[in-house]
Amino acid sequence: MLEGILIGLSTAFSVTNLLMVIGGCLIGTFIGMLPGLGPMSIIAIMIPVAISIGDPSTALILLAGVYYGAIFGGSTSSILINAPGVASTVATSFDGYPLARQGKAGKALTVAAIASFCGGTIGAILLMIFAPALASVALLFHSAEYFALMVVGLSAIAAFAGTGQVAKAMLMTVLGLIMATVGEGALFNLPRFTMGILDLQSGFGFITLAMAMFALPEAMYLVLDPSRSNSGDASSEIKDLRITRDEARQIAPVIGRQSIQGFLIGVLPGAGATIASFLGYAVERNIAPKEEQDQFGKGSVKGLAAPESANNAACTGSFVPLLTLGIPGSGTTAILLGALIALNVSPGPRLMVDQPEIFWAVIISMYIGNVILLILNLPLIPYIAKVLAVPRNYLIPFILFFTMMGAYIGQNNATELLLLVGFGVCATILRFADYPLAPLLIGFILGSMLEDNFSRSMQLYDGIGFIWERPMAMGLLVLAALLVILPSYRARRARLRAAGVADGD
Amino acid sequence: MALDRWIALLILGVCLVYGYTAFFTMDEGLAPFMRRNPIWPSTFPKVLSVLAIVASLVILLGFEKSDAGPAEGAIDYRRLGDYKIGQAIALLLFMVAYALLLRPAGFVISTVAFLTCSAVLLGERRFLYLVPISLLAAGIIWYLVQGVLGIFLRPLPFFLG
Repeated sequence: MLEGILIGLSTAFSVTNLLMVIGGCLIGTFIGMLPGLGPMSIIAIMIPVAISIGDPSTALILLAGVYYGAIFGGSTSSILINAPGVASTVATSFDGYPLARQGKAGKALTVAAIASFCGGTIGAILLMIFAPALASVALLFHSAEYFALMVVGLSAIAAFAGTGQVAKAMLMTVLGLIMATVGEGALFNLPRFTMGILDLQSGFGFITLAMAMFALPEAMYLVLDPSRSNSGDASSEIKDLRITRDEARQIAPVIGRQSIQGFLIGVLPGAGATIASFLGYAVERNIAPKEEQDQFGKGSVKGLAAPESANNAACTGSFVPLLTLGIPGSGTTAILLGALIALNVSPGPRLMVDQPEIFWAVIISMYIGNVILLILNLPLIPYIAKVLAVPRNYLIPFILFFTMMGAYIGQNNATELLLLVGFGVCATILRFADYPLAPLLIGFILGSMLEDNFSRSMQLYDGIGFIWERPMAMGLLVLAALLVILPSYRARRARLRAAGVADGD
Repeated sequence: MALDRWIALLILGVCLVYGYTAFFTMDEGLAPFMRRNPIWPSTFPKVLSVLAIVASLVILLGFEKSDAGPAEGAIDYRRLGDYKIGQAIALLLFMVAYALLLRPAGFVISTVAFLTCSAVLLGERRFLYLVPISLLAAGIIWYLVQGVLGIFLRPLPFFLG
């Protein structure tokens, strides 16, 4: 491990890569603060830039920096103007915004920054311990196990989607897989489902799809509902970034607990930062002493520190399945996986063996990114927050323009823009009806890998015999089936019981 | 019927077509030697179409009731008229126009036109700020894409080069 850390240090501490982390964090904070642009949209916009850099370590370092910056920017806007850019920072606004209303915006930002820093750092340490161990197990996997593992990952995403959402999430995942079969597959040189349209020969572009699934619906929501973007000039109120020793003592155990819990939740596919932050908030409220419990929701520093550290630790945790198995657990890591594939890197257990510099440089750059957020971005926040004053009339056209640029320069093809608008409209309607969109993108990105592994095992075992001839694959597939069936069965039983129907019915 | 079930019905239709293609028409052109392979190009799509049909039927037949009512902060599609739906549709049309104009009219003109028109649509009237900002943005982005990223982006209309 020490050797790996040294490799990572020597890669991450080159001048270019340091500049990339700093630049990525700043860009991420800037854009993440704007209402309507979450980490997924920002990373999708940055992908063409990252790809044209060429060096995968540098590109991934840039994207990871953008990711952290975006999360930090998102919490800033939820504290200052109660406008969380992403779901995972909603819990931050519960206590952050009341603090800001009491004139303690500076203090709230510092607590948030320290909690994020600790969450991210503890997460990175755990990642360093967990990932190599998991990767060495994963090296034993064959294509059959990979196929089964991906099925588990995809069904876990559906299973954790929440009550009444399992079928929807599953449908979206399968729809993503179906979209991935359009175009020429790697195994058979046959165009499939292209309907004779030449532009579909190479399949749908994943940046276009990512933009259409996240950035465009978000922008449409901003247009439809002007109250979502009512931003004021909040920057004038930020002063006094200090916190007292007493407050530091209060939040220290919270941060410790929530970093570990958040990391573990983040590792699970599909759970991710949103669940981690809400759960962290709820847990801390429940175990707090009675008099502190009343403070939650009214500006408690504990209530602010808990979701912030959990959220950041979970983001780091979500890198574990990505880097060790090559299976993304969240929308953001799915986009990162797409970027890695475009850069000719295939994440998975071989990554640590074949290209250790990428693996370790990313982990080291997580530390650097966290440090930079704390020492560079925090003092700059009063100035960066001016971006919140950008009027809506300028903000929305520019968001749309950047969305289109991202899709266009990825493929250099104006048809992509038409596809973007078409998919964007579909995605907005799907969002109206409460269909989750991240599973679609994860399914789309995993689709070709899933099919490749499936085909390879079919060929090796001359049929579907691989399911029972390889017990581990069998076990994983059973687990996947249970993951999908159990929550819907339990929800159905609970509903029947609520309706007064006997259990045996 | 709620919107989510209409969507499920629509997806079901798409999946039926997809499944029909996978099961019946796709394999016609398959070479004889490929038929000896345990896996055909249509195998995986067949599995997917079955799964998708099952999932959409579960939603369509309402086996899994979701908690009714829109969540807080979400947009209630039943009252779409209360929102700025006209502006949203107009902006989408602008995006389509931008896609069609980008090649023939060149990057600078179409970008400035898109940014200006969208901002005016949203209620911006200070042209003295708006036009220079759009021009500046178009210029900077063009320089970044063409100069820094090295991706060709024709700046001027087709008849000017």
